[in-house]
Amino acid sequence: MPGFDKRVSSYEEALKGLEDGMTVLAGGFGLCGIPENLIAEIKRKGTRDLTVISNNCGVDGFGLGMLLEDRQIRKMVASYVGENALFERQLLDGELEVELTPQGNLAERMRAGGAGIPAFFTATGYGTSVAEGKEVRDFNGRPHVLEAAITGDFAIVKGWKADTYGNVIYRHTARNFNPLVAMAGKITIVEVEEIVQPGELDPDAIQTPGIYVNRLICGTFEKRIEQRTVRS
Amino acid sequence: MALTRAQMAQRIAKELEDGFYVNLGIGIPTLVANYVPDDIEVMLQSENGLLGMGPFPTEDELDADMINAGKQTVTALKGASIMDSAESFGMIRGGHIDLTVLGAFEVDVNGDIASWMIPGKLVKGMGGAMDLVAGADNIIVTMTHASKSGESKLLSKCTLPLTGAGCIKRVLTDLAYLEIVDGAFILKERAPGVSVEEIMSKTAGKLVVPDHVPEMGIPA
Repeated sequence: MPGFDKRVSSYEEALKGLEDGMTVLAGGFGLCGIPENLIAEIKRKGTRDLTVISNNCGVDGFGLGMLLEDRQIRKMVASYVGENALFERQLLDGELEVELTPQGNLAERMRAGGAGIPAFFTATGYGTSVAEGKEVRDFNGRPHVLEAAITGDFAIVKGWKADTYGNVIYRHTARNFNPLVAMAGKITIVEVEEIVQPGELDPDAIQTPGIYVNRLICGTFEKRIEQRTVRS
Repeated sequence: MALTRAQMAQRIAKELEDGFYVNLGIGIPTLVANYVPDDIEVMLQSENGLLGMGPFPTEDELDADMINAGKQTVTALKGASIMDSAESFGMIRGGHIDLTVLGAFEVDVNGDIASWMIPGKLVKGMGGAMDLVAGADNIIVTMTHASKSGESKLLSKCTLPLTGAGCIKRVLTDLAYLEIVDGAFILKERAPGVSVEEIMSKTAGKLVVPDHVPEMGIPA
């Protein structure tokens, strides 16, 4: 990978260095914008004892739900989980630890983590279980809760197109947490549908600047739909 | 007669104003989108990063990359914008949404709301609800007035884990429209054909009943 060319030649290379016990941040909202092939590679590698931070945990057999099958996830940090039976079973059996965090907090904590803001105050969760054990301070006559930033050893991201420098653009609501995950990972891997040459993407249109991206790979995606709703 | 889900949505739709940015929660709130008056325009915000959510797609329009907060496939209207989750919640938390409508299990006279978890039942998570109730100024909670077993959901104090504290001022149930002021529910409107007595009997928290409580103007 000379200069700013972030391309790697295989998914194995993309996830080199991921070890047992590490923290992995994953983009996606439901099944939309999930890094399908990077998740599949983690499953193939068999890396265990992972803390996975993502808005959701996929479904049975697809997305992050795949990593439950071989008990690779020790702890899940998410805002909404349980769309899979295996998740529920492992949770009830005590094999899986879950930390639920408000969706807005999750997003902002990742952004802060990538942006060098170690903690911030927010009104979200004041007076609820989310605020337990956390410092509270008044601002503008209203109590706010101190929330810590989130960072991860690895960040796995799904983008739409990228140039070889790792500048990424996303498509529609597949964007969601991906830009934030990209910022907050120590090693960030982005998989996209198409890689173009530098200069082919308008600098004004870039949504994740390549500075955040360590490794880049092109893949094909199933893009499963969780709730297919149409009008006649 | 208690309002149907559709009628509850119709009543809430009367609170929409031209040019409003609106966030509608899952369940009854989503039905509000079906009753936007013809003479105004509103823009629906979906917390997963879409401002200007449109109707469900046709088969031709179906796109796995365009979903709403309930993970259903949707379309985007002309003039829509897409943003990442931090920016989406920045809009919410920064008080930029003009009206938020969401459901609940319980609301109390202090304006506390419980909507995300029932201890003993499997807990799925709070999603964006805590951010929504903390960040929005104009919130309408919509729910049935009492549970199926007849227990009031409008309480002196919420019994379930809270989504937010002191943040609710407006409640629309299948029996009434109420506001919360100075530690009490104020009965502002009743559903057509529903008596004040029935509402009183199903409201556990302190209820202030003005001399005249008009019926809601809802088409049958």
